Amino acid sequence: MSEQILLSHGSGGEMSHQLIRDLFVRYFDNELLSGLSDSSVLGVCPGDLVFTTDSYVVDPLFFPGGNIGKLAVCGTVNDLAVSGADPVYLSAGFIIEEGMEMETLEKIVKSMADEAHNAGVQIVTGDTKVVNKGKADQLFINTSGVGFLRRGSFDINSGNEIKAGDKIIINGYTGDHGIAVLAARENLNIHSQIQSDCASLNKLISKIIRNIDGIHFMRDLTRGGLATVLCEISEDKFYGIEIEENHIPVREEVRGVCEMLGMEPIYIANEGKFISVVDPEEADKLLSLMHSEKLGQHAAIIGEVVEEHPGRVIMNTEIGGSRIIDMLTGEQLPRIC
Amino acid sequence: MKYIDEYRNKDLIRKLVNRIYRYSEREYTFMEVCGGHTMAIHRFGIPSLLPQNISLKSGPGCPVCVTGKSYIDKAIAYSQMEDVIVCSYGDLLRVPGSTSSLYKEKATGADVRMVYSLMDALKIARQHPNQKVVFLAIGFETTAPGSAVGLLEAGKEGLDNFYLFSSHKLMPPAMEAIVEEGIKIDGYICPGHVSTITGKEIYTRIPEKYGLACVITGFEPLDILQSILMLIEQLENHDPKVEIQYKRAVRQDGNKKAREYMNQVFEPRDDWWRGLGILKKSGLGIRKEYRDFDAEHEMPLETTTDEADRGCICGEILKGLKEPVDCKLFGTSCTPVYPVGACMVSSEGACQAYYKYRKHE
Repeated sequence: MSEQILLSHGSGGEMSHQLIRDLFVRYFDNELLSGLSDSSVLGVCPGDLVFTTDSYVVDPLFFPGGNIGKLAVCGTVNDLAVSGADPVYLSAGFIIEEGMEMETLEKIVKSMADEAHNAGVQIVTGDTKVVNKGKADQLFINTSGVGFLRRGSFDINSGNEIKAGDKIIINGYTGDHGIAVLAARENLNIHSQIQSDCASLNKLISKIIRNIDGIHFMRDLTRGGLATVLCEISEDKFYGIEIEENHIPVREEVRGVCEMLGMEPIYIANEGKFISVVDPEEADKLLSLMHSEKLGQHAAIIGEVVEEHPGRVIMNTEIGGSRIIDMLTGEQLPRIC
Repeated sequence: MKYIDEYRNKDLIRKLVNRIYRYSEREYTFMEVCGGHTMAIHRFGIPSLLPQNISLKSGPGCPVCVTGKSYIDKAIAYSQMEDVIVCSYGDLLRVPGSTSSLYKEKATGADVRMVYSLMDALKIARQHPNQKVVFLAIGFETTAPGSAVGLLEAGKEGLDNFYLFSSHKLMPPAMEAIVEEGIKIDGYICPGHVSTITGKEIYTRIPEKYGLACVITGFEPLDILQSILMLIEQLENHDPKVEIQYKRAVRQDGNKKAREYMNQVFEPRDDWWRGLGILKKSGLGIRKEYRDFDAEHEMPLETTTDEADRGCICGEILKGLKEPVDCKLFGTSCTPVYPVGACMVSSEGACQAYYKYRKHE
């Protein structure tokens, strides 16, 4: 293969075939993909089908704890998992800027394959386009995913089952991904050890759903962070949400960078965090299950659903005061995922 | 986090609040004139801790909020020039001018870049020797010395494509104007960062002439609560004066070196403030000697109006005469996503702070 991506790699001709064969099929290797037909036949569905899509434009392509490829797999896998589905198949679309180093692309494709293997999903169809230099910033990836809905999981997606008294649990430290990406950008000159939390959550979530009754809602905490999701689930509802600032797990370094830049960790993006809203009777059981898993070892109960102040999220602040939490407005950090 | 957690200690907070509760006889109104204080007060939920008889008002201390429309219009005009790169701090981008904002101009192709410091703007000027780089220099005494140093650095390097467009303002004239307008306050929570540069001297006229209490305050919850207690005690003892609570950062005489740089490059001029109008010697213009770096001199533009939009009461809010919830536009046609007035744009603006932290209270 040549050392750089050329326009002809996107031509649909010999160079395209070579790229697909020697890079994508080589790493994503599976029977459905290697047929190289226009579509893949996925066979009979064992239940309701869940379908999602997401595009990834993170800058820089590589950041501590991950890269755009790993993110493109985790992000879509997680969207399916928090909907109560078992992710099975992904598609991968690549928009590549002419001149991109082949070696860099290969690293990214390899880590997509590794993460797909890790999450137990297959990349079964894909597409490659190459655009003129300057018309895209190195690489954008789109992944779509399908999964099968687990029986009885209908309502963890809608939030219709949420009721006053329910506990709200997060599976670990918030804000790591956003701050890791931010720190990796050259113009900020921040040197930190913070790693992105980028991870596929489907195995943990599947274990939770199999073992815990009374899960009323789940959502992953990506752009807009914890605060935005809490606002989304309480908006226009007959209940309110109350959270304790002191109980929200935040790494010291993340707090430090946030203080410096005037940001709040609850608004920072994550790629391996989700909240569960759970029946109070089951909360401790869920917490101990999470604590026994690597991706949930720092899980904490951060608050609860309350009858008071319907439609609003109130945070009891670390100093003992209280205030409203609102959605993130404007763009805090463009191209974080 | 060391040096932060100490100032957020819940037990100490409770002790201070209890002491403040002892003074429940009289009503007190204090004004914070720094956007950083406005933000901290709401972020930590300080109003929820205070007794009923103490109220806090937000004053004209957010640089983005007091900047007039005509400044934005001119910045937009610069951004539309073919060979110009406009560099700005993020908040300013979304402030509406007469017909557009820098943010909208950026989307339609103008070269507008968000920078975190003036040093980034200098770097851009070095990288693009064939283009003119205009830095939107806003802020009070805190940021003006930095702008001065940047300009001097450009001079030293012979960077002849770097320009400052100054909207720097001085704090004391606005603080006096508030009192002169007859706005009823008992004391000022004086800005912490401004005072690191200026020292306490600049505020002395306020207790002497107007009998108001003044405390230079830090930005953590304990700082703010301690200052409120100090303000009350000054008034209870009938001894209004300027005190420094934020001793770990502010020296009596401030930072002399920084002031020297500021005075070397800038000179006071009359300036327009949203809500307060033109205040004598309240702004900083670039001195003749440094005209080559003055965007207004090198690329003069016509002045547009500074008048506010109909219905927007940012001006009265900035003077502490009205609260954001008194505005008809608040939360309906003016939100952080679609701001009408500057106080809703800036993360330090009173309207945005109210919207985010105390919405529909």
